[in-house]
Amino acid sequence: MWEYAPAPESRDIANLKPNYRMFVDGQFVEGTGEPLKTVNPATEEVLAEVSTASKEDVDKAVKAARRAYDRTWSKMPGSERAKYIYRIARLIQERSRELAVLESLDNGKPIKESRDVDVPTAAAHFFYHAGWADKLSYAGYGPDPKPLGVAGQVIPWNFPLLMAAWKIAPALACGNTVVLKPAETTPLSALVLAEIIQQADLPPGVVNIIPGAGDIGATLVEHPDVNKVAFTGSTEVGKIIQRQLAGTSKKLTLELGGKAANVVFDDAPLDQAVEGIVNGIFFNQGHVCCAGSRLLVQESVADELLEKLRVRVSTLRVGDPLDKNTDVGAINSREQLTKIQELVESGEGEGASRWTSACPLPDKGFFFAPTVFSNVSQAMRIAREEIFGPVLSVLTFRTPDEAVAKANNTPYGLSAGVWTEKGSRILWMAQRMRAGVVWSNTFNRFDPTAPFGGYQESGFGREGGRTGLEAYLDV
Amino acid sequence: MAAPTTLPSALADAVRDESSLRRFLHGLPGVDQVGVEQRAAGLGTRSIKKASKMQAIDTAISMVDLTTLEGADTPGKVRSLAAKARRPDPERPDVPKVAAVCVYPDMVKTAADELKGTGINVASVATAFPSGRSTLEIKLADTRFAVEQGATEVDMVIDRGAFLSGRYGLVFDEIVRVKEACGDAHLKVILETGELVTYDNVRRASWLALLAGGDFIKTSTGKVQPAATLPVTHVMLQAVRDWHTQTGELRGVKPAGGIRTTKDAIKYLVAVHEVAGPEWLNNHLFRFGASTLLNDLLMQRRTQTDGHYSGPDYVTVD
Repeated sequence: MWEYAPAPESRDIANLKPNYRMFVDGQFVEGTGEPLKTVNPATEEVLAEVSTASKEDVDKAVKAARRAYDRTWSKMPGSERAKYIYRIARLIQERSRELAVLESLDNGKPIKESRDVDVPTAAAHFFYHAGWADKLSYAGYGPDPKPLGVAGQVIPWNFPLLMAAWKIAPALACGNTVVLKPAETTPLSALVLAEIIQQADLPPGVVNIIPGAGDIGATLVEHPDVNKVAFTGSTEVGKIIQRQLAGTSKKLTLELGGKAANVVFDDAPLDQAVEGIVNGIFFNQGHVCCAGSRLLVQESVADELLEKLRVRVSTLRVGDPLDKNTDVGAINSREQLTKIQELVESGEGEGASRWTSACPLPDKGFFFAPTVFSNVSQAMRIAREEIFGPVLSVLTFRTPDEAVAKANNTPYGLSAGVWTEKGSRILWMAQRMRAGVVWSNTFNRFDPTAPFGGYQESGFGREGGRTGLEAYLDV
Repeated sequence: MAAPTTLPSALADAVRDESSLRRFLHGLPGVDQVGVEQRAAGLGTRSIKKASKMQAIDTAISMVDLTTLEGADTPGKVRSLAAKARRPDPERPDVPKVAAVCVYPDMVKTAADELKGTGINVASVATAFPSGRSTLEIKLADTRFAVEQGATEVDMVIDRGAFLSGRYGLVFDEIVRVKEACGDAHLKVILETGELVTYDNVRRASWLALLAGGDFIKTSTGKVQPAATLPVTHVMLQAVRDWHTQTGELRGVKPAGGIRTTKDAIKYLVAVHEVAGPEWLNNHLFRFGASTLLNDLLMQRRTQTDGHYSGPDYVTVD
């Protein structure tokens, strides 16, 4: 037998500090909220203490952002703004290894993903939007579209750095200033991004980063001097925010949960479909709002596909996120692990057939072995609720119409996948599936030029591409 | 069509006549180019270190078909290659032997004499290698000659012209007949994937060769670019894996041409390990067709055992 020796990336590269502070008005300052301890989910050890914002700090940050907006950023020519944004992009690339290791420590995602996806895509978002900063007149939103003002942004823990980039880059390119609240369990990479923003010499107050729990996010979004709110996270919180903002003039974009259907037809390239299914649900431990968590497979190939899928999933290596050979890392928090376990139990209780990879799991930390449920019906909770973990529900269909009906039978509508070698069927399906993103013969591919966003309870507004600029312009 | 070897009933139907063969091959699931290349690149990032690297190097050495296929080959060249095959690193007797020496048919006797009693196989290319452009009689005579001379393995080429024009029955029959002519010698079927071009073709040709009784499917002659690539080898490894699922039989894969470094070889071993499965990680089921790879493996092996790099002057150039 050939075992791969451990190949861990050194945690020293993360330059972990014992304390992190919030970033307001160009300075790292002590917040007056209750400090939080952020934990490495793979070992349950405390990584660092992070000072958090209080309600007064939120006000200070918004005021700093307003000053920066009024005095410098909104008046600066786009070509000048672009220089700063390009500088941020390059600095992310220069510090990419540090950011990747830090992200894996704080979030639990495997280093190969933080190294090959999160950090490069974050840099790509800054590069892409830097290019727009002096070309907004040509974006299709009128001859001289204006920024909105101060953007209050709240991001989740599944892609801490990448979500910060998704939010900050377009806001800055369009001339807005930013107050961003990273997630409670993963504040570190956003605070290193703040260092990068300081290094890039951005005018004070243009970007402010204030760690804190949900109440600070709520304070931020309802702050009267915030003009634009962008939230990525759960549908539950998204609904609260939408209620809060009703009747105000604030512009809102929400990117919420999902329960994406990954539809495999009998003429699909089966081996690559298996790869796409694996990538769709086990990428980032399934902590992906657009995860392909419902596999819809045509009955005539269901057995063959499931057999191939089980063989493939058995090869996934679960363990130390810093090991370069790890495919599936740690679940981000105990709370999330409990939620996954609870939903999996409900799946078993409701009569679905559970198969779980026999892979060894580490003794410490929050881990969950890749799991596939077959014989799932639409009525079961595991087919309707977002699990946000490495758990796939497999349903079958007989005809394309049935596939569309089942795919759309969800209150969500963020993403979908179609696997078939028939081009016309891809287009036919894409027209009928209610999802903001439809991938064909691939899954979970992200690019700053492609708009991303949802239908129904998956939210509204788009991020990325030309379309994504609209959310940060007064149009 | 010629009678195939014993096949399970589902597959026996596939080779009943030319049109069923065609239907079967065209009914195989397609291969998505982007997907297979992405998967190959992804597996290529596995980091193999320390004991697992040492094990990989020794495994790879034992899988090498040490090859010389030049117009300029002489008995002297073949003898020195055979010596290298027996003791790849003369100063390190613990280095494993290679799997085989691969030569043209007229050099087989020289190689066989040199390798008698060593357990190292003598492989010979045959069937109008590398183009395969000749009559069946000549191809069979070529094969019989190689086997008579002492070849224990025959590396045949398929008729790519026939394959690309859809005459699958012809290709199938040739393989079956060459297999008969091989007798006890193992048959490796060279698909020349650089000329088949698409992954769909590679999958069909792989199945065609497996159905016709090839013991190994081999990527290339080494005379056409591109020769072996990782994604092509992925498709072929998947084919032998699927073959095993359907028939219970284990068949081998041999990438050949263009694999020159230890780093590359390890990427192939990772693919064998994770696409086909651990049971394929031995020289009965996986080979490297290569001439320069062996020396890089030896240098990297010394680096592992000595703790520092030596240099090309410390390994023999044969």
